[in-house]
This record gives sequence, structure tokens and C-alpha cells, in this order.
Amino acid sequence: MEVTLKVLRFNPETDTESHFEEYKVEADPMDRLLDLLHEIKWYQDHSLAVRRSCGHGICGSDAVVVNGVNRLACKILVKDLPSEITVEPIRGMPVIRDLVVDMEPFFAGYRAVKPWLITDDREHEPDRERIQSPEERARFDDTTKCILCAACTSSCPIFWSDEEYVGPAAIVNAHRFIFDSRDSGADERLQILSSKNGAFKCRTAFNCTDACPRGIKVTMAIQEVKQAALYRSV
Amino acid sequence: MPNNVHIYDAVIVGAGGAGLRAALEASKGCKTAVVSKMYPTRSHTGAAQGGMCAALANVEEDSWEWHAFDTVKGGDFLSDQDAVDVMCQEAVESVLDLERMGLPFNRTPDGKIDQRRFGGHTRNHGEAAVKRACYAADRTGHMILQTLFQQCNKQGVEFYNEFFVLDLIIEGGVCGGIVAYEIATGEIHTFRAKAVLFATGGYGKMFKITSNAHTLTGDGPGLVYRKGLPLEDIEFFQFHPTGLYRLGILLSEAARGEGGILRNGDGERFMERYAPTIKDLAPRDMVSRAEFFEIKEGRGAGPNKDYVLLDLTAVDPEVVEAKLPDITEFARTYLGVDPLKEGVPTVPTAHYAMGGIPTNVNTEVLRSAHGEVVPGFYAAGECACVSVHGANRLGTNSLLDIIVFGRRGGLGMAEHAARTKLIDIPDDVAKPSEDWIASLTDGQSPEPIAAIRKDLQEEMWDKVSVLRTDEGLGQAINSVAHLRERYAKARVKDRSKVFNTELVEHIELGFIIDMAEALVISAKARTESRGGHYREDHQKRDDEHWLKHTFINKTPDGDTRLAYKPVTMGRYEPVERKY
Repeated sequence: MEVTLKVLRFNPETDTESHFEEYKVEADPMDRLLDLLHEIKWYQDHSLAVRRSCGHGICGSDAVVVNGVNRLACKILVKDLPSEITVEPIRGMPVIRDLVVDMEPFFAGYRAVKPWLITDDREHEPDRERIQSPEERARFDDTTKCILCAACTSSCPIFWSDEEYVGPAAIVNAHRFIFDSRDSGADERLQILSSKNGAFKCRTAFNCTDACPRGIKVTMAIQEVKQAALYRSV
Repeated sequence: MPNNVHIYDAVIVGAGGAGLRAALEASKGCKTAVVSKMYPTRSHTGAAQGGMCAALANVEEDSWEWHAFDTVKGGDFLSDQDAVDVMCQEAVESVLDLERMGLPFNRTPDGKIDQRRFGGHTRNHGEAAVKRACYAADRTGHMILQTLFQQCNKQGVEFYNEFFVLDLIIEGGVCGGIVAYEIATGEIHTFRAKAVLFATGGYGKMFKITSNAHTLTGDGPGLVYRKGLPLEDIEFFQFHPTGLYRLGILLSEAARGEGGILRNGDGERFMERYAPTIKDLAPRDMVSRAEFFEIKEGRGAGPNKDYVLLDLTAVDPEVVEAKLPDITEFARTYLGVDPLKEGVPTVPTAHYAMGGIPTNVNTEVLRSAHGEVVPGFYAAGECACVSVHGANRLGTNSLLDIIVFGRRGGLGMAEHAARTKLIDIPDDVAKPSEDWIASLTDGQSPEPIAAIRKDLQEEMWDKVSVLRTDEGLGQAINSVAHLRERYAKARVKDRSKVFNTELVEHIELGFIIDMAEALVISAKARTESRGGHYREDHQKRDDEHWLKHTFINKTPDGDTRLAYKPVTMGRYEPVERKY
């Protein structure tokens, strides 16, 4: 079958504004959108810029806007798309070229919430592993799945209008530690997330939950963080 | 000082598990930078699924020595046994260390790290499968990559993301840094350093069907080969038995560890014939060959009888959903098959390079088969060959390898930096790289490089994958030489300086061709079958002539030269591999 791709293009060396270019590609229903982008790049228009690596939804490189919603190009198949497909870069971050955006604002938000294990036993660490029950482990399982693809953060209307907002992915990664029984950094993280650029900026639009390619209940995680911040109890 | 020159004690190329683990260690002791062609969390360590073995004995009796035996036997006795001992002894502390960094392992009912069965891992030298793999569902590699990235952020490790290595600086036989291409701007940078570690990953993209990411193109070992330095055991490439049909996407061996069974087109559990004791959990080379034989002899499944089925229908659905969620989703998403209800079409998929840049147990790169090192140059992870995996890597030992030897690399670099000075390098050290990049955009290309890459991948798959012959390898050598000529004429059409991924792919293909050349020449010379290298015309292992490592290097006039290095033996004498 033939499908039409409209891809939003921008090269800062030659363009003052972005513009759509149209490509026709022969496709199999089981092809990934990434396969079509490769077909264009490899045989029709070598100049198309897109990030990708693993090709099966694990590395988080190829989040794009597909017909208005955020998806990984390697995880959406032709059979689940109409025969006319619009592909744009994810929003809220500066476009470097074509489908490639500057990820630094995203990672700055991530780093701001101290996404690493904070413990108060650094002086005398246990010889063996820390003990954690399967139930304690399950408490934060959902948010360990994050691959930092930015599909959630770049789908958030608050993030579009306010780049100081840490964004859904940062809160997800804070959640992953706040609810980890081994972690003792909840207070400092909740303090950061209670500030004006933190979790309370969220207006529960649910775009993030819909966008997450890993199926993380992002909005719920944000709500749990808000509650923890309000009651300072985990 | 000219622009774009950076000075560090230690520079690490690659930000997967080995690179990040090295960075954590090196940056404690010296000024360290990580240079990576991708954002660190895009690295393919994140795609590893099943687990990381260590004899914790949390669930069943176990010992590091049993683990070492399994590794050596799984490697068809080509592993250097001193290196295997180091890896299996340090495995226990490596896993505990990751847990203390925050890695969310699955837990036993009493709260310890849980363990499960994995291919080739046995109790007491082969008696029965043992629960040795520490895991986090079927996303253990993801958790390792995320945990190490978290710790690097905590420690303030400096990253140069989306910088592509172009050259390795060696002056007077001593390593003095690298040259790299900044993808976002097209600028060339020189990184001077007292120590450089390559942790650039594998090169599975030379094959048509592979579990490897598009970016796994052998950049590190390819550069080493161009420098005239040797590569070790490149003929040994692992084909994983359960790749998704046509796509090659990995379905973890953990699926069989949890009770999954392989069936042929007749519904028969064919591994009972090939490995009566541990059946579906035999080492990967044996299972992949068994699949090829079943298909070749007309017992494949499907309309074209060209795959086998991974049957999970007898496994408790709760176990599948809880412990194998990702691979279940892959089957549903990419093949439209629900593993809870029907067998998943699978084929062997090019998965892992046992060979690579030769190193000693301290990750120092070897200059020759005699064991002298290149001062200041280190390598770890899949791009390196210590050699712990020998002729066939056991499942989970790759994650172990990157942690154990990544750490050793970091320590080694910090120690080296403390006792040495930056070497002098010529002012125009980046000139060859600049000229090279300029030449790639000079002129018209007779064909797109995608066509060359596709032909290479098909030829390598047809003639140099699970089953090999002298005739096929001879043809492949000619094909690779011809593809190299086509590649030399190809040019990059996109002339932009900004995020020119056509240029990046062009350079990557050059490295892949280098690695394919090293592989086919090494493979043709080895007239025996051992581990992942199976010759239909020499079906037996030949310890009398071939219990040795292959070293291949390019001479200044462009020829290749083969040399051999004895295997470091230890407690285990070679015996026939039966499972």
C-alpha cells in the first residue's frame, strides 16, 4: 500500500521557518513509522534528520508528533495510522533540525529533582543488599519504566507555555525514588517539587499519560507526588 | 590553544553500561569526560533484558567457581580462565554494588535480590540448571543503564553527547586522546587525555537480522583496526535463538528460564534431541544451530516453514505478565501475536560479538598477540575481548562483563593518570579527520550508501551467520572487498553542518565494512567448529590446532595479517560440550 507522509522540515542554515514536505512511500501494514522515515532518508531525501537507535521502543530516541499526538516512531505501525501521516518534532523544546530537538531543557528538569538514590547510611553501607519486600518494590515499579524519551513532557500544555516547569518526566523520576523504601531523600525532593516550578503546575490534562510509550500512569504518579508534598508523608 | 581542544585525564568513548561504570570510577580519581555519539540513556545496554548472573546463592546453593566453569564450558573452552575467574569472583560484589546504587532488582519473599534460571548456568558443573540470574523483570539492562546514569548525574560526570569519535591519537606507541565530530554543529574537536577507554559496543548491524540497534556499527574496534592494531576472535559472533521473526527484536532467554519451550512446525520440543539434560536452556550457539537444522530439514513452522515457535502458553499468565512484560508487548506490538495464547514466531538473530579489541584483565589494550600493551589505551564491554566469553557468551554474562570490566577500566585509567603526564601531540593532529570529513562531501555519489549497506547485511547473513562453509566465506571475502570499492566511491549528498545524520551513517558504514572484513577473514582461516563459529565443512572442534585466539590486523600496505595467541588455561581441561 502507498502512504503519504507530510514531514515538518527545518534546517537553520537555509530556512527561516519550518515547512512541510510530502513524500510517498510504499509500506507494509506491519511497518513501523520509523521504517518509512528510513525509506525516505535512505532512498528519497538523504537530508532528513531524525534521531533513532534501538528501533523497538526501548532507547527513547525517536519521540515525534504523529498526526497530532506524541508517539515513538518505532512503536507505531502503519496499520494503526491513516494513509496520510503527518510527522512533526516534539514540542516545547528548540528544534535543531527537522525532527531533532534540543533535549537539554528536558534533562535539566530531570536533573533538578535529584533522580538518584539518596540514603543516610553512606558512612556504614550494608555488606549485602538492602532488604526490600516484593510489596515495597512493587510500590514504585511503574515509574521505573521511564526511558526519558520526553513524549510526556513535550505533550504537556503547561510545559509548552512555561519552560521553567520541570515537566511530567522529571516528576515521574522523582516518584521512582520518593516511593522507594530504600530512599531517604523524599523531603528534599518534595521541597523542590513544591516550589513554583514543581508538581503543582500540573493541571491534570492527561496528555502525558496518553503519550507515554511505556504505559506509565504519569498523571497518577504526579498526583501521588502532589499528595506526598501536601502531607509530607510517603 | 586552538579552538575545540579539550584536556582531561581520562576520556571514555561510549556511554553504555561499560562506559558509565568506568566513568563513575575514573571521575572519583581524575578529571574525566564521557564522549558519546548518543545521549547516554539511548545506549543499547538499555535493551538487555533477562539478567546479570552472580553466585549470590540467594535462592539456591551456588558458588562463583560453578559460574566460572559454566562460562568456560559455554565459551567452548576458548575463554581465558584467569579473566573468567576475575569476572565470576567480582560478580557478587558487582551486583550488590548496583543494588546499593539503587537498582530496583526483583525481590525474594524475604526481601533479598531474586534470582532465576538462564541458559548454560548450572549447579555443580552441569548437574542441573541453577537460579543465578539477578534481574528486574525483563528490563534488567534498562535498570542498569538508568541507575548508572543517575549516579553519573549525582557525581557530576562531564558528558559530550552526540560527539562521534573519528580518530584515536597514538604517538610513539602511546595513546594521547581522540578526535571527535560534534553532530549538532559539524565541528571537529580534539580531546587530549592521559588515558582513553573505548566502550563503544557491538557491531551487529553488519547482519540483515539482528537484535542490535541501528547505531551498533563497531566504531571503536573499526578505528583500532584502521590504526593497524589487532582485533581478537572477531569470527565468534553470537546468534541469539529467539529473535522476533523477520525483525530480529530480542525475546529474552528468560522466557525459557521461566518455562518457555521451543517447538518446531510439528509441535515437537526439538531441543530434547539436541541437549537432553537442559534442553531449551542449552547455550545459545547450540540452540540457534538446532533451529537452523530444524528449518533446513523442513521442520520449520509457518507457511514457509522458516521459523520456530517460542511457546509460553504453559507458563502461568501471571508470571508472563509480571516477569516478562516487555517481550510480551514486543510480540503483541510488532507481530500481532499474543504469547499467552499462541507460539511466537522466532528465528536466530545476530546478537553479540564475543571478539573485539584485545585487552588484559585490567582492560589495557594489547598491541600484539604477545601481550604488550598500548600505554594509556583501555577497552571494556562488547567492543573489547578480555576474553571471558570465548567462542560463545552465556546469557547474562554481558551485563556482568560491562560492570566488572567497566569498573576495572575506570580504576586503571585513574591510576594511570596519576602517574603519567599528557604526551605531546602534533598541532595538526585533527587535520586527517578534517580532510576526511571534507572529502566525504566532495563530489557526487553513484549510489546511496543504504544500497551498499543492504547488500553487505544480506551477504553476511547468507554466508557468514549460523552455518558457514569455506566456499561461502571465500565468496563473502570477495563480496566485502567489492563492497569496500563501492563504498570508496560513495559520497554524502547532504552538505549541511547541522545534525548531518547522512554523514554519520556514512562513517558508520565504513566501520561496519572494516569489521565485516576482519570477521570473514578470521572465520575462513579457522577450519574447525567452536561455539558461535560453526563450519559445515569442519564440524568438530579441533583443540590440537585451534585452541587459540585469532589476532587480525591491517598492515601499512593494506593487507591483513593473522596471528594467534594461546588460550590461558586453568582448572578446566577441554571436554566435549554436552548438555
